[in-house]
Amino acid sequence: MSTATTSGTVLHTGEDIGAWQTIRRGVRHSPELVEGIWVTLMLAVLASVGQIVVPVAVQQTIDRGLQAEQGPDVGFTALMATLAGVGLLVTSWASYKMTARLFDTSERGLATLRVKAFRHVHDLPMLTQNTERRGALVSRVTSDVDQVSQFLVFGGLLAVVSVGQILIATIVMVVYSWQLALVVWICFAPLFASLRFFQRKLSAAYGTVRRQVGVLLSAVSEPVVGAAVVRSYAIEDRTQERIDTAIDAHKAASTRAQGFTAFSFSLGGISAGLANAGVLIVGIWLGHGRLWGSDEGSITAGEVLAFAFLVTLFVGPVQMGTQILTDAQNAIAGWRRVIGILDTPADLVDPGAAGVRLPHRPVDVVFEDVVFAYPGGRPVLRDIDLSIPAGRRVAVVGETGSGKSTLAKLLTRLMDPSRGRVLIDGTDLREISEESLRARVVLVPQEGFLFDDTVAANARYGRLDATDAEISAAADALGLGDWLGGLPDGLATQVGQRGESLSAGERQLVALLRAQLADPDLLVLDEATSAVDPALEVRIGRALERLMSGRTSVTIAHRLSTAEAADEVIVVDVGRIVQQGPHAVLASEPDSTYGRLYRSWVAQQGAPIIDP
Amino acid sequence: MQARGRGTTTAGFAVLWVAIKREPWIFTLSTLGSVLFGALTVADAWVLGWSTDHVVLPAFRDGEIGADMLWAVLGLFVGVAILRAVGIVARRLGAGVMQYRMQAHSRRAVTRQYLGLPMSWHQKHPTGELLSNANADVEAAWGPIAPLPMAVGTLAMMVIAVVQMLLADLVLAAVGLLVFPLVIVTNVIYQRLASGWATRAQQLRAELSEIAHESFDGAMVIKTLGREPEETARFAAKADELREANIRVGRIRAAFDPALAALPNLAVLVVLVIGVQRVVSGATDPGAVVTVAYLLTVVSFPIRSIGWLLGDFPRSVVGFRRVSAVLAATGAMPYGDLRMPDAPGTPGARLEVDGVDFGFDPARPLLRDLSFTIEPGRTVALVGATASGKSTLTTLLTRLVDVDDGAIRIDGIDLRDLRRGELAGSLAVVPQTAFLFDDTVRGNITLGAEVSDEAIWDALRTAQADGFVAALPHGLDTRLGERGTSLSGGQRQRLSLARALVRSPRLLLLDDATSAVDPDVEARILAGLRDRPDGAGDRAGDGAGDRGGATLLVVAYRKATIGLADEVLFLVDGAIADRGPHADLVARNADYARLVNAYETEEVTA
Repeated sequence: MSTATTSGTVLHTGEDIGAWQTIRRGVRHSPELVEGIWVTLMLAVLASVGQIVVPVAVQQTIDRGLQAEQGPDVGFTALMATLAGVGLLVTSWASYKMTARLFDTSERGLATLRVKAFRHVHDLPMLTQNTERRGALVSRVTSDVDQVSQFLVFGGLLAVVSVGQILIATIVMVVYSWQLALVVWICFAPLFASLRFFQRKLSAAYGTVRRQVGVLLSAVSEPVVGAAVVRSYAIEDRTQERIDTAIDAHKAASTRAQGFTAFSFSLGGISAGLANAGVLIVGIWLGHGRLWGSDEGSITAGEVLAFAFLVTLFVGPVQMGTQILTDAQNAIAGWRRVIGILDTPADLVDPGAAGVRLPHRPVDVVFEDVVFAYPGGRPVLRDIDLSIPAGRRVAVVGETGSGKSTLAKLLTRLMDPSRGRVLIDGTDLREISEESLRARVVLVPQEGFLFDDTVAANARYGRLDATDAEISAAADALGLGDWLGGLPDGLATQVGQRGESLSAGERQLVALLRAQLADPDLLVLDEATSAVDPALEVRIGRALERLMSGRTSVTIAHRLSTAEAADEVIVVDVGRIVQQGPHAVLASEPDSTYGRLYRSWVAQQGAPIIDP
Repeated sequence: MQARGRGTTTAGFAVLWVAIKREPWIFTLSTLGSVLFGALTVADAWVLGWSTDHVVLPAFRDGEIGADMLWAVLGLFVGVAILRAVGIVARRLGAGVMQYRMQAHSRRAVTRQYLGLPMSWHQKHPTGELLSNANADVEAAWGPIAPLPMAVGTLAMMVIAVVQMLLADLVLAAVGLLVFPLVIVTNVIYQRLASGWATRAQQLRAELSEIAHESFDGAMVIKTLGREPEETARFAAKADELREANIRVGRIRAAFDPALAALPNLAVLVVLVIGVQRVVSGATDPGAVVTVAYLLTVVSFPIRSIGWLLGDFPRSVVGFRRVSAVLAATGAMPYGDLRMPDAPGTPGARLEVDGVDFGFDPARPLLRDLSFTIEPGRTVALVGATASGKSTLTTLLTRLVDVDDGAIRIDGIDLRDLRRGELAGSLAVVPQTAFLFDDTVRGNITLGAEVSDEAIWDALRTAQADGFVAALPHGLDTRLGERGTSLSGGQRQRLSLARALVRSPRLLLLDDATSAVDPDVEARILAGLRDRPDGAGDRAGDGAGDRGGATLLVVAYRKATIGLADEVLFLVDGAIADRGPHADLVARNADYARLVNAYETEEVTA
């Protein structure tokens, strides 16, 4: 229907949004994320402090219990262990509360974001203009959000705890011995310095993996979705080759990413080894007063050993941190894409409550000097001046790409004109409240799209509160009563995915029923082109006839028989209206566009011979 | 429940065994890496204990220590750390490579089945299911490979740790022997509980995605009827269900994670209390207490990997079974070994349908003793009401399915006797719904065959597609599909037609292939087809000379299309009811006249 243009408005990828900005804006879109964040943070601090309990107990036990000057002190050790045990319980409780809270706020926040993005997608022009990009839009409200969710509840939580632990471990280390704390940080400095580098490498590597997943999915779908074509053209080998190539590329990309992850993860262990040795050696030197002019015995053996435990506490969260960075990259990329959706402007502004509400009465249609061009493109429609009186039945004809479908989209306000105005009942479409406009103007698209539900539920898209009796009455009004009665479960018949349990013609009938229930004043019909059973064709014709009676109607006609039956024909050619008037008049002008179209049609209909 | 749990565990190990047998070397490498890592993690504790007893404590006690001892400490710690890093890389990379390789093996095998199994099999399995077999199920099946080397290595680590503990102090070791199984069992319970909800969440994610797909596909209806609020409510309801499932997973995680972390910590405290008493009684030395406490802290985290492994089993087993079901399917179409004879001077093929019976369901035959012959170069229209058997006949002619009885022959050769791929060299079909590959315009037309640009443009011209293809941003090299330019239904049909034409088929089958094309464009296409003197683009210039017109069989609805034919086959209930020129049939067959004049009838009442 549309020409092979690239989509009008560009879907924002969000790629230009910085990481911190992404998080800030993400939080603004999902305020739930920061609900009670201070309590959660307090719990996180409590949980992190608790992680220090064991090494402190160990240090105390070794120093004052195990190696007390007057011999091992059993009572002291038992006291310390009991205190530590209580500390552990409190820590575990804090950790439980914190995790539960994080899950709760994250999931609620992301559900809000998901729904918000979904709602916004329905306002985006590409949804109705560029049908092939729908898959990408679906992933923005599904897998992209899931990625953020995974990170926020797993990574985000660990990130908070890890940073907390690193800080607290550092503080405790400094309290023990600032010199040894310095040694530990020096040993880890190269790792921290190289983090950004690895982060970038990892992000690029996982980006490639994601792209390869897309290629793989597409390749794998070929022998399934295109099974008949693959077979009848005997291109099994080529298809398998394409799949194998995609499989190999996916494997290679995944392996590479995994290699980077493994390597960056292993660096933490080497830093830890260095730090352990450094602590013991420097600790001994400190104990001997050989460094930094410290006094003899400024540190005890127990303190040095406890420090080794503190290093493990430090290493754990650092290792975790490098891991989280990988997830964070993916999550932030996903978050960006979702925010990108919300950033993509809806091209149509609904005046809402301030808008005009059209009364229920026959409407006239006026196009005033209308021009339409996709952004940055040549005009698809130009100099359109048109007036259709109320109750008139109009057919629009023209070749593929002439702009006749664009005319229908402007008339139903799927797009706004680049210049000029489209008026219904004397009111600019842009000034009519969306709700009123959609109730008064109804488009019956080429393919009667049905939802995986019953016939009745599909008809109710026309009027939500319609009772079964009202739906049956509407069907009778269109002469579809016996057809409806012939369905296996009548109104309750399930139509299947995309209505596939019904034939194309029957789907069309449901679409007409839907329009009848909506009871519009202006009916815009995009005529179906695919052939249906002649008997059904007759039925559709009759239903259409009844549906159009008493309403203004504009039909985008693909058959000249439709034009012939209309009160008036509008001929569009290369974006301009070139002829307008009753069929009989236009057909009698042999050199006109319509005259030519008509002759070739008559030739096809009449004789089996085609004039070359 | 118990029995089922055990069954899953056994089945899970069986799945892993398949992977180990398939990739023994990678498995060995990654497991060795893991064992190395495990051994060295334990060695770390030993190094600390040794350093404590032989360096730190003496140094503080005696106030003096040799530089060589300090170097030994440095060397031991750093050496162990580097070897451990090697172990990590080997383990993680190995696990990854093994997992990706197994995924690749399965995907190759599954897609080969998709390509080999007959259409009747495809028709019985929904698209979504087949796609998920090749993607999500494959991933689920090989999921446990990721923690496998670590789990195996951890087992080794546990053994070493237990020996170390036993060597250090028997009584303290007993504490460790208690805490290890406790951690593993707790983790398995945790994984199982969580995986129930995780599976539910996965299911809800699929449903949510389905709603989004449907809603965006039906955007035109939703927008023009102003149903966005209701659609959003429908989506939000499912999103809320998913949210609840995720929160459930979170609650379980919140409870088990701290418990799993607390268990070994509590054990360390117990070790200290008992240890100090044993030091007092002279049964052990401080170094042994330190070693055992350290081993407990170090080993308790990795042993959770055994829980991860077991926890992954239910998902893995289900995925593996689904994939296996596809691999077990049989019924690949058998092929003969005949080639089409090269018949110079007879470009069109002779089609013979001889007493054909067919029905997907044997109780409801769709074609009954159908017989007709089409002579070379003839153009024949196949006309019939819905369900008269037209589409069934096209699937038989292209051998997507085989006849139940009778035979279909091209140039006297039974389709079933032809080699694989041979039929496609002579016959091309243009289906009602065009399928485009995620490829360039060129790739979509040549489908990988060597075809000159000139021949491509010839075919595009006949299909009336040259105009819009020339206007595409990169012409023939413009990418189509999900990540490329979008085309209208009519444009897709015309490309699909060009794809057939470029092969210069000797028998061309059009299954209502111009339904989405404007009538005037259709007229030009039909005229072009009819007037092609030699089947445009003489087959790669093989010099066969004048090929004359190809035999053309057209499934037709519109009079214009029917008008193209030399002859009409009128199909009623799976049998030829009448045959002859259109005008004759209109005159003598009332049913036929009623069918083809249905459009006009409609106009009269209008």
